[in-house]
This record gives sequence, structure tokens and C-alpha cells, in this order.
Amino acid sequence: MTPTIRVQAADFDAAREEALLTEGRRDVGAVVAFTGLCRDEDGTLDALELEHYPGMAEEEIGRVAGEALSRWPLVGLTIIHRHGVIRPGERIVLVIAAARHRGEAFAAAEFLMDYLKTRAPFWKKERRVDGAEEGWVAAKSEDDAAAARWAR
Amino acid sequence: MKAVYFAWVRERIGVSEEEIAPPREVETVRQLVEWLAARGEGYAAAFANPKTIRTAIDKTHAAPDAPIASAREIAFFPPMTGG
Repeated sequence: MTPTIRVQAADFDAAREEALLTEGRRDVGAVVAFTGLCRDEDGTLDALELEHYPGMAEEEIGRVAGEALSRWPLVGLTIIHRHGVIRPGERIVLVIAAARHRGEAFAAAEFLMDYLKTRAPFWKKERRVDGAEEGWVAAKSEDDAAAARWAR
Repeated sequence: MKAVYFAWVRERIGVSEEEIAPPREVETVRQLVEWLAARGEGYAAAFANPKTIRTAIDKTHAAPDAPIASAREIAFFPPMTGG
């Protein structure tokens, strides 16, 4: 199974991507789709600027996808991550895991998000509504802990 | 080899990429960070706390003790915050 992986500035259509993954198939019993969106942080955030490492971003997402495929018998997988300026309410990331059974699809989607957050080379800079100086989002220890629980 | 920098590492150093030629005795990622930090004020600021620096050799995550001898491109950046 070859996953679909895209790193792009453009928006994506989650429903369309899910339809592409499942149309004409009879072996899919469960689809879990996760969409990450940009929050407005109680009205203080104007936009996120997402910087990425071209080339490595695609390669690293591919490695994370390969690890998911070695752990669960997925029958379909799509991962899309955006870069560039993203405003509150807009989509940032999409993970769709398709499997025969729901347990595998849920687990794989959660694993993929935990690993993407800590291993894919993307960095977020926050632009504030009040014009305060832009700042880089700091990595969270909770994200490391979430990724660590998948260790084996 | 080519060095590339991202996020606040790039901002502090002031360039996004450059060719570097470390001396032969600089053998590991950790030693390269020390060598870079001594190149000037911006580099010193970027590498002030090596624990906050992540490294990739030829687009694969690399540990501080990884050898750099065969690297074509080595990247320095803060911990990732995507997703």
C-alpha cells in the first residue's frame, strides 16, 4: 500500500480526499480522518506562518507513514500538511487512515499525528492581532510525551 | 558541505544556507555545533543552548554524536512544532 503524501501551501478538501481513498473499494471497514485547524487563541492570533524544510518534510512524513504501516494493517493512508500563512479557522493538516477494522484506523491516525508533531520538520510562527512582536511557537513536552507512549 | 538553517536558528544566524568547511578534527554533529557557535555573534546566539537544537544530515534526523564526514547537507533547527 502506497500512502498519499502531500506538502503544499494550498488548502485541501478533507471530504474529497476521503472519497478518493475509498471510492470503488469494498475492503475498507473503517476510515478515521483527522483535520487540524488554526485556532484564534481567544481572538489574539492573526495568523500562523508555517515554515518547513522542503524535501525533508515529505521524506520524514514518508518515514512516519512507513512506521504506521508496519504497525497496523492499513488499506489506505493520506497525509497532507500545509505550509505558508494560515489564518484562524483554516486547515493545517489532514490524516486519513483506512483499515478493515476501526481499532486499527483510530490507533494509526493518533500515532501518525503524535509522530508528525514531533518529527516532521515544520515550525510555527505566530502573528498577533495587536501587532506585538512575532514569536515562534515552542515545542510542547506534552507532544513529546504523547509520541513517547508509542515506543516499543 | 552545505549548512541550512530554519526558524529562529535561521533568524539569529541571518542566512538560510551557506557552504561551510569545518576542519578535519570536527567529526560529529556536537563538535560542528561548537565550531559554528564560535563563528560570530549570531551563531553564538543561535547555538547558545545546544539542547534546543535539532540536526538533520541529508534530510534525516541525526543525533549529536552522529559522524558528519559523509554529509552533503546538514540542517539545524529548533524542535518541530508542526501538526
